[in-house]
Formats: sequence, structure tokens, C-alpha cells
Amino acid sequence: MTAPPSTTLTDHVTGTVNGIGESTVRPDGIPKLQGSFAYASDLETEGMLWAATVRSPHPHARIVDIDPGPALAIGGVHAVLTAEDVPGRLLFGLEHPDQPVLASDVVRYWGEPVAIVAAEDPETARIAAAAVTVEYVVLDPLVDPEEADTRDEVFRRIRIRRGDQDVRGSVVVEGVYEVGMQDQAPLGTEAGLAIPDGEGGVDLYATTQYVHADHSQIVASLDLTAEMVRSHPTGIGGAFGAREDVNLHIHLCMLALYTRRPVKQVYQRSESFTGHVHRHPARLRYRHEADEDGRLVRVEADVLIDGGAYASTTSAVLGNACYFAVGPYKCDNVNVDGVGVRTNNPPCGAMRGFGAVQVCFAHEAQMDRLAAALDMDPLELRRRNALATGDALATTGQRIDTPLPTREVIDSLVAMPMPEDDDSEDPLRLPGGTGLTTERRDVRRGVGYAFGIKNLGFSEGSDDYAQARVLLSPQGAIVETAAIEVGQGLVTVVGQIARSALGIGNVEVRHIDTSRIGSAGSTSASRQTQLTGGAVLAAATALRDRVLTEFAGEYLDDDGVWRDGELVVPYAELASGGWEETTTFRHPPTEEPDENGQGTLHADFAVAGHRAIVDVDVGLGLVRVVRIDTAQDVGKALNPESVRGQIEGGILQGVGLAMMEELIVEGGVIRNPTFTDYLLPTVLDAPDVEALLIEQEGSWGPHGAKGVGEPPTISSTAAVAAAIREATGLALPRVPIRPEHVALEGGV
Amino acid sequence: MDFVVATDLEEALDALGRGALPLAGGTDLMVGVNAGQRPDNVVALRRVRELRQRNGQRIGAGVTWRVIEDEGPRALAQAARTVGSPQIRNAGTLGGNVGTASPAGDGLPFLAAVDAEIELTSREGVRTLRWDEFFTGVKETARRTDELITAVVLPAALPGRQEFAKIGVRNAMVIATVACVVTRADDGTTTVALGSVAPTPIRIPEAEELAKTLSDPGSAALDEFQHLVAAGVRPITDHRSTEEYRRHGAGVLARRLLTRCLREGAA
Ligand SMILES: Cc1cc2nc3c(=O)[nH]c(=O)nc-3n(C[C@H](O)[C@H](O)[C@H](O)COP(=O)(O)OP(=O)(O)OC[C@H]3O[C@@H](n4cnc5c(N)ncnc54)[C@H](O)[C@@H]3O)c2cc1C
Repeated sequence: MTAPPSTTLTDHVTGTVNGIGESTVRPDGIPKLQGSFAYASDLETEGMLWAATVRSPHPHARIVDIDPGPALAIGGVHAVLTAEDVPGRLLFGLEHPDQPVLASDVVRYWGEPVAIVAAEDPETARIAAAAVTVEYVVLDPLVDPEEADTRDEVFRRIRIRRGDQDVRGSVVVEGVYEVGMQDQAPLGTEAGLAIPDGEGGVDLYATTQYVHADHSQIVASLDLTAEMVRSHPTGIGGAFGAREDVNLHIHLCMLALYTRRPVKQVYQRSESFTGHVHRHPARLRYRHEADEDGRLVRVEADVLIDGGAYASTTSAVLGNACYFAVGPYKCDNVNVDGVGVRTNNPPCGAMRGFGAVQVCFAHEAQMDRLAAALDMDPLELRRRNALATGDALATTGQRIDTPLPTREVIDSLVAMPMPEDDDSEDPLRLPGGTGLTTERRDVRRGVGYAFGIKNLGFSEGSDDYAQARVLLSPQGAIVETAAIEVGQGLVTVVGQIARSALGIGNVEVRHIDTSRIGSAGSTSASRQTQLTGGAVLAAATALRDRVLTEFAGEYLDDDGVWRDGELVVPYAELASGGWEETTTFRHPPTEEPDENGQGTLHADFAVAGHRAIVDVDVGLGLVRVVRIDTAQDVGKALNPESVRGQIEGGILQGVGLAMMEELIVEGGVIRNPTFTDYLLPTVLDAPDVEALLIEQEGSWGPHGAKGVGEPPTISSTAAVAAAIREATGLALPRVPIRPEHVALEGGV
Repeated sequence: MDFVVATDLEEALDALGRGALPLAGGTDLMVGVNAGQRPDNVVALRRVRELRQRNGQRIGAGVTWRVIEDEGPRALAQAARTVGSPQIRNAGTLGGNVGTASPAGDGLPFLAAVDAEIELTSREGVRTLRWDEFFTGVKETARRTDELITAVVLPAALPGRQEFAKIGVRNAMVIATVACVVTRADDGTTTVALGSVAPTPIRIPEAEELAKTLSDPGSAALDEFQHLVAAGVRPITDHRSTEEYRRHGAGVLARRLLTRCLREGAA
């Protein structure tokens, strides 16, 4: 019964080196295209039950009574569990355990889990969930973030004071900006299978970005020893931050242990929209002051993000928003006040860009306003202020000691050829597309630039590390890691790193559970290629060195150990020797901020720039994003094709935020938790992308690699907004920019 | 749940008489099922050949968007092209669009613009209703539950010029914010019909009257025409758009389509 479902994340390329710098084909690519790849939602095992969640229909209410009776009376229903059935710690949370596994007395957001059900099939489970009777006394929800700030309902406040607060510039621009609540909307919804081991423990296979963090939270809530719970990596269809937090994990383990049966659950799309955290909506007030030459003299920012009902990663997201509030620019006098408030809105947490996206939209709008006020080319303004290696980060004062090619990013982006003017009347090349709304004569073209910066890896003093193991087996070299592949291509790149380091082409990457290896940390913060890649490089290099030393060899390959052109130890012999190496890799240490927000808070940074070219139908406010050009600081492109994949996908997610992606929350209730109304760009909305990879070695990542996952999303939104402003002359202080904001005078 | 796969009209009508809900392409009905609206009794229409036939101006209710895209009258084909995605157009039918009677049904403005009739068949016989008798409110129609929509009947002579356009927030798979059809006959008779801006598809008679007198695509009276359309619609604000924008979009779209009709006329 406990036969584990197999995951098929293997990399088994024989005979070729496929090392770093090559665009090795991803091992999971073809199976995913053919539909044979097993995602978490595909897992099954004998005797499996199905779970469903009872969720609160109110954003804020007191629970008076929960009656499982009507649900239990339905044939095929095996369990209805509530907060009373949580064996251990009721609360969980990635940074601060403040969120109930199941709400016990009060519900604090719309869709909060109140009870869980297990039944013979998914349909019965859903019917049973609807039959659980919960009596509520509805309370007033706190949904206005500014009111929450006033009432001091906050997760964190940050105060940054750097330089001389009395200095003033002669040219001043001010602005207030707003960013809507974006959702990660991964195509694979939350799914998992928990299998009891018959000895009181449990194996969990579930969508995640961070199995070890899940594991420690599950253990605490189940009140089991660490050994009794094993959290396994599995096939995951996208994440973008939505899977850092626990959602169905503890529920499934509870139901499996209670029913002594394997229990599976797959969230439906609407449930997914309430079952994971979102990107923080933000309100940003800025004041930029410059001298006559356009040098930034002082930047002041008020950053307000709405964390929703529970902490999740709001503290860290707020940190990023504040630390990158000035963007990739120098400025010696900075004043930032940030607050992450607690409301009865949906909980927000990690999403690609993690706070840097929201402030980038604002600081780039400000830079364009400043350029206009100075009557200066906006790119020249940015060049004059470009942050470089050796400079201090404007907010925290940290001296940047890894390569930071801001200037190169600006210059090479500007040098990329512009597309020709388009005179085509093909509807697919016009705003409105096949809707036939628009002819070429209705269109104005706009071009906009934006630049962004973000940290790589965990910051603010966290002990950020990844463990990996490399071993030699008869089937070839094997890399073992608990790092999560969510589709980004980690499985490909760590295989490449191991091949190059070992000299062995036959490398398989295995994603293994929490009992068999130490943490790799989260697949987030653009960190796995640097951290897990770093661990694999160190382990593979050490293993090779030990083997060569042992046999006085010169090099190693798939045939074995070589010396003086002769094979001295055949691989088969080597493989039976039990050779393995486990390494933990840490990035340079960081500090917590002092009372003024100062310190060496970050381990590494990346910059990127985007140039958006848009066609705007001003009369109807419809926009076609024609093309986005980008230059990105990547350190070293270990797999250029994979890097481009991240760039194209990240840009499209940025375009989505600029143009359409927003969860509309009214009175704490999400009005559009479906793909009918939460609109993602389709292929007909996707711009062409030209990407230039800026390689500068010197970062601590393997072979100088930097994380590449988030930078494409940071400034692409701001660039699209800038381009629409250029085409229309409108201020457009909010994203997503809706047709009414462009078409109606006096729109937002 | 009772489920019958009807193979001819008789079987379908029998099932309907027993209270079954008709299922054509299922692209509306199944969305409802996913959302928890589970019918007890369903009759599938896909195999009913009579419903998939087209002759002359009579389009069977079971004709798919995919077929209409290639073979329908110009403005209806233009509308068909904007429905969902290729998968949806292969499954979804005109009859289903009419049956759902969503204010945002993309096929409906055309039916309004040409004064189409809806043919309803039950075991008691056949009756036809004009579009404005048939559509009575948001997702409400004059169809009795024992009646099948068997066809949409277009007038014998369709206007020579007809243009459709639809505003949405993205370029595919999008629910219309405003949809519009403008038709123009050789004698200058003009019709202006819109979707997504009222509980049912609507016509704007005042704008039609004015348009009759216009022939120059550069005419200053187009401002007045645009204004009449914007004033004539009855849109709402919801999470998809605002009343103000829909009003504005209706005027702009109708003006552009009339201009296209006039330009073509001149050519
Ligand atoms: C992803 C997606 C995208 C979509 N995009 C669009 C779009 O862009 N524009 C648009 O207008 N619509 C869109 N729709 C809605 C839908 O595809 C259309 O309304 C389609 O025309 C419905 O046809 P159907 O055959 O699938 O209807 P069904 O779902 O089978 O039926 C719809 C309703 O009509 C009734 N019905 C069906 N046939 C008959 C009949 N012969 N007699 C009586 N009642 C009948 C059914 O009982 C049901 O109530 C979309 C739907 C989806 C899922």
C-alpha cells in the first residue's frame, strides 16, 4: 500500500558531455509535451480516498458551531475533521506561525479552511464538504489597508534613514502609484497524496517549492517526530511563489493518519485562487529630488503593502520593497517608510519579483517624470545615476561587491535595433486582435524603458544554504537533492554542472525526500541555480578530486579513471566503490538591518532592463504589446536556452500585470477567482521578445552564475506602462492599466 | 443524473418533454456544472442531424462556430472568429449561444441587427419568435422548457454591408466588454445592434434613423451618431468593466463600423 508513486524527473543523457554553457535539452521536456510526465495531480495509489475543504464564505466571522453530522451521513464519507482534530500546533506559517491549520474560533479571510473531508471519490468529497454545516456570526471585515495602518494592524514596519535628511534638490517630482493584486495562476493547481506508513507516520507527495519548510510545519502540527514524516518532491506545474506556503499539506496528512488510507486532493481552479497567497497589492508615495544635472539628491518613499489576513512572507516582501525602492540608481540621501498591514483581505506572500516589482513600477515612473521635469533624455538620466559595483545601495548603504552592470544593461538595451514601423492591417497585429476593433489609423505607437534591481538568495541575516549529494552508481553519476523543480529547469542545469565538474556525461538528477537529504532551501528568490547549483558543483568537484587522488588519475569520464592516456580504473569498478560526496553550500553571510535600515543585508544582486514597444488604440484604450527587448545581468548563462525561457515567461507575466492580471477584491471577497475573469495573456497577447544576456563573472554562484528567474518580471511591467504613457501622454499611475484608464479622460 | 444521447429530433423532443435539459456543445452548460449547478436530467443533441443542417437562411441550432466562421454571413462569421478558442469553436454552437442568452453572447448582436427569428419546436409543434420577443432578460428567454431551439432563421435578403467588432481586455478567449454589429442596405437602411451593454442585445433606433441620412464616411454627423449610440445603451459596472467605458466603447465602435460600411459602399 505504501509503494511510493514514482516521480520521473530524471536526467539521463548518455555519451555526451552536455556541460555548462550548452543549451542542453531538458530531460522532462518531451514527457511533459507528450503528457506522460506525472504531475502531483496525476498521482494515485490503491485504496485512495479523496479530500475536499470546507471554506469560509465570509471574510471575517466568528464560528459558533460546526456540525459534521449531515456530511458524515452521506455514504462513502470517511472523515470530517476540524481544528479540534489537529494533533499538534494549531498554527503554521513560513516565517511566523500565525495561521490556523483549520480555523477554530474566528475566520479572517474569505475562503479560509474550516474543516476537511475525506470520501471515496472527489465528487462525494465535494458534496460532503458542502453538507458540513457551519454557523457563523458575521463580523465587520477590515479591508482598507490605510485604515489598517492607522489602527496599527501591521506585520512589519521598516524605517530607512540614510544620509542627510535636510538636503534638498532643485528639481522635485512627486507621485502616488498603485499596483493591483496579481496571482501566480500556475497551470497546475495545488495537489497532493498522503500515504500513511502503517506505523503512525506518513509520506506526502504534494505541490511545493520547499519540502523542508513543509516538513517542519507538518511535524509541528501533527505532533510527530521528524522521522515519522517524509515530504517528497513531485511533479509540479508551475509555482511563481504560490507554493512556498503550506496549504493542503497538513490537511492531507491529518486525513491519511485518521482514516489510515491514502488521501488525495486536487484543488479546482477557483479553490486554487483562494488556496494560495497572492502578490501584495501596493500603494506607493514617492518624492524624487535631483540637481540641475539630473543627479539624484534625495529620494523619499512611503511603501504600503497589504499582507491580508496572515503573515506568510509579508515581512520579507516588505523588506525587498523598501530596500529596492530607489531601483538600480545611486542616491546618498534616502528616506523610506514601509508598512505591511494585516487586513481581512486574501493573504499575500511570495510572487516572482517579491516586492521589487511593485516599487519598480513606481520608481521608474518617477525617473521618467524627473527626466521630463529636467527636460532630459530619460535614458541619460538613468545613465547618470546608474548603480555600479563598488557603489553603495541607495537604501541600505551596502557596498556592492559583486558585478552589477547597470550601465552596460542600459547601453546595450538602447543599442538593440528598433522594430520597423508596422503598416499592416492584419488584425492579429493590431490592438483588439480578431475583435476587429481597430485599424492602423486608430493606433499610436509608444516606446518605454524601465530598469529594475533585486537581491538573489535569502537576505537579512538568514542562514541560506543548500545541501546536495553526488554519487557514482553503476548507472552513472547521480545527483541527489531536495530542491524543487517547478518547471524552471533546475533538473537540467544541475545535471550540466555535475557533468562538467565530473567529466562524466551520464548523470541522473534525483529529487529525494526530506528523510534522505538536508534542505536545499526554497525554489524562490532566484536562488536554486546559485545555491543548489553551488552545492552540486562543490560536491562533484570534491568527489572527482578524491577519486583522482585515490587512483593518481589525471581525469575522469564515462569510461573511468585515466592516467597517461590509459584507463586505470574502469567505471564499473569505480561504481562499486561506494563513492559519494555530500556538500552544503552557503552564500556569503548577510546581516539584519540596523534601526535605520542599514547594513549588508543581501548576498548578491541582479539588474535587468526592458524596452517595450506598444501600439495603442487611444479611442478604445486597447493596447497591443508589439515587442519587448531586454538586457539582463546573468553572471554566466549556464544554459542559454533555459535563461531565455525564464526571460520570455517572466516578461509575459510582467505584461500580464501591466495589462490585465488582477484579482478584484471587494469587501474581502475575490470577485474573479476563475480563468473566465482572471485574465492571463494568451499567445495572441504575447509580444515578440529579443534578449541580450550580459555576462560578467565574479558572482559567487557556480561559474559566476546569477539567478535569472525574477529579473524578467521586475521591470517589464514598468516598461509597458512607460510605453503606453509615451503613446498617450496620460499619467497612468496604476497597473493593470485597463481600457477605461486610457480611453476615458480623467480615468484613474 | 439521467442522460440521454438523442439521435434524432423525436428523441430529443421526448426527452425534453420529460424535463431534460438540452446539451449541445456543452461549453456553457459544463461551466455551470463545474460551478455546482448540476442538472438531474440531460439530453445530448450532438447526434441530432436535423440540428446541424443549414439551408438557405435557416441555420440549425447545432451548427458550430467553426462552421459559421467559414460559411456564415459576413458579420456573423466575424463574430464566430472571436468566440473562445479553436476548441470552443469546434464544440460551441449558435443554438447554445441563443439558449444561454448571455448579454455577452457574441452571436446575438447579429441576430438583432438583421431581425432574425428563433425557431422553437416542441411535441406540440413549431413556433417562431422574433429575436426581441425571444430574449427577455439576462439569461432569460421566452423558450418553454419543453421546446428545443431548432434553428435561427435569417431574413431572405441580408444587407449588403455588415460589420462586427468586439472589445475585450485581451485578444482571444475573452468575454465581450462591448460587441457591435452595423449593417447597411443599398437603400441606406442602417441597423445598429449591440451586445454586453444591456440585459439583452439591443438596437439603437435613433442612431439608425440618423445613419440613414449619412453617406460620407467623413461626415461631421458621425459625432452625433456616436453620441446617440452611447446615449442609447444601458450598460452596468461590474468586475469586467465600467458603465462609463461600455457607453463610450459602444459609441466609438458603432461609429467605426458605420464608417467601414460607408467606406465599402463608396468603393
Ligand atoms: C473558454 C470559453 C470561452 C468562451 N468564449 C465565448 C465567446 O468568446 N463568446 C461567446 O459568445 N461565448 C463564449 N463562450 C460561451 C459558449 O461557448 C457559447 O455561448 C456557445 O455558443 C455555447 O454553445 P454550446 O453548444 O456549447 O451550448 P451548451 O453549453 O451545450 O448549452 C448552452 C445553453 O443552451 C441550452 N441549449 C443548447 N442547445 C439548445 C437547443 N438546441 N435548444 C434549447 N436549448 C439549448 C442549454 O441547455 C444550455 O442552457 C465561451 C465558453 C467557454 C467555456
